[in-house]
Amino acid sequence: MSRYYQPEIETASREEIVRIQNEKIVRQVRHVYDNVAYYRNLMDKKGVKPEDIKSIDDIKKLPFLSKDDLREAYPYGLLGTDLKNCVRIQSTSGTTGKRVVAFYTQHDIDLWEECCARAIVAAGGSNEDVCQVCYGYGLFTGGPGLNGGSHKVGCLTLPMSSGNTERQIQFMMDLGSTILCCTPSYAAYIGESLAERGYKPEDNKLKAGIFGAEPWTEEMRRSIEKSLGIKAYDIYGLTETSGPGVAFECEEQRGMHINEDHFYAEIIDPETGEVLPEGSKGELVFTSLDKEAFPLLRYRTRDICILSREKCSCGRTHVRMSKPLGRSDDMLIIRGVNVFPSQIETVLLNEGYTPNYQIIVDRVNNSDTLDINVELSPEQFSDKVGDNQRREIQLGEAMRTMLGIKPVIHLVPPKTVVRSEGKAVRVIDKRKLHD
Amino acid sequence: MAIKQLSVFVENKTGSLLGLVKKLSEQNVNLRAMSVADTKDFGILRIIVADADKAREIIGSESLVSVNEVIAVEMSDEAGSLYNILKILGDAKINIEYMYAFTASTDLGAYVVIRVNDNAAAESVLHANGIPTLNQEGIHGI
Repeated sequence: MSRYYQPEIETASREEIVRIQNEKIVRQVRHVYDNVAYYRNLMDKKGVKPEDIKSIDDIKKLPFLSKDDLREAYPYGLLGTDLKNCVRIQSTSGTTGKRVVAFYTQHDIDLWEECCARAIVAAGGSNEDVCQVCYGYGLFTGGPGLNGGSHKVGCLTLPMSSGNTERQIQFMMDLGSTILCCTPSYAAYIGESLAERGYKPEDNKLKAGIFGAEPWTEEMRRSIEKSLGIKAYDIYGLTETSGPGVAFECEEQRGMHINEDHFYAEIIDPETGEVLPEGSKGELVFTSLDKEAFPLLRYRTRDICILSREKCSCGRTHVRMSKPLGRSDDMLIIRGVNVFPSQIETVLLNEGYTPNYQIIVDRVNNSDTLDINVELSPEQFSDKVGDNQRREIQLGEAMRTMLGIKPVIHLVPPKTVVRSEGKAVRVIDKRKLHD
Repeated sequence: MAIKQLSVFVENKTGSLLGLVKKLSEQNVNLRAMSVADTKDFGILRIIVADADKAREIIGSESLVSVNEVIAVEMSDEAGSLYNILKILGDAKINIEYMYAFTASTDLGAYVVIRVNDNAAAESVLHANGIPTLNQEGIHGI
């Protein structure tokens, strides 16, 4: 069993990766400029010509693409090739009213599926495995992506799609699934459902799970691993760039390797657009280096994360990205520190609290204050004052470790976090009143 | 026999305690004993009533309530009796979390509610020294 799906590229030297990126970016910018009028206009406005891009370092000269651009150019405005060359579309749910439709040529599908295959092999998959894919199939990229990757690896593929847990469990037990691909919340649900039916973790044949498409915490990872008796791997992707498999975890479980022979990643300051050095926290920007039909250059994902080129013991040389720490649109700057509500949520879940909280930011005597109201559950409430105060102190410390600044924690009874139209109001920034 | 105590989380906001007491008063719940612990952020109202389960229901699920057992020690209303009780518990290495006192309306006897970590051990050492404690039924009679 090989540890890599494509060892030459996955373990290539830094020089080799840069050489590939240099070659591809020059070709890709020319391809986009010649075929995508929308982006050509953006480049012209910025005064950048394809010949200005001579290597991957020149990428910072190119204009950014945002979700707004995608909406404006919907549906065909960013198409990079004639429709007769396209074989498929995939689309986002459009729940936020910003539906994205992405186009694929057969070449684009192949490279996407190869990326998914790399993720499956990194999770220990081979042609001896039974891979149960219960991501949704259809417009959503999750099912088709992992399905294609599983085929490429040669696993026996169970194209289950999502839902119908009874049937999922029956196939899992009867056919001896060894790899499970779904959202982390569904994996947790399957784990609970197995336990309810009296199955112990060792009763199933699963050894690994590839979970993504939604935020999840380390705490959730540990609980899924325990309930299913597996190792759980994170996978990242977005429809705009292709789908799952843009980045994936190896056995180290310390960040996801970005398939940077296909997707070039940058971290920028979401306020200024300035490219930040390795190790900085900022907005993730992707350039697809060789996709034909939907070739986005410098697409701003709004995901906030950190890139690391630190050597990985798995042997892969591709840069690693942290789990997204939040969304750039949610970012608060408190005493000069970038704080994301999702980080606060992560700490709460890790410490055993419900994610019902409210952040109150204010400015007192020209200094920012951060207060967090946290709902206490009846099981956590103690009749002893000291127990409750200890909770506040411990939670405050855990927050300080994660955020870099120390908030003041206030425990409040359940259901006291202010809700508007059924949705909790997470952030109250009183500073805006004084501006 | 230990007795039930209700502890209610009280937000540090004008009117929160009032709202709680109003609910109990409207349903004719008589508070036999109470104390309020306060901190910078919140308070904890601790009450002893004849029917703890009913009181819990009245306070409602939107409040944080915990029901736990405490011991109510009967003592003579004279100097030195609290010392005597605390010495017995201290000698037995029983740790006291908090306590508060009340007097009964009928016999005007003095009682002290004590929250310890080990109710059974505390009661057994008190009884061994001839000091009575109240049980849940006893709450009705005082």
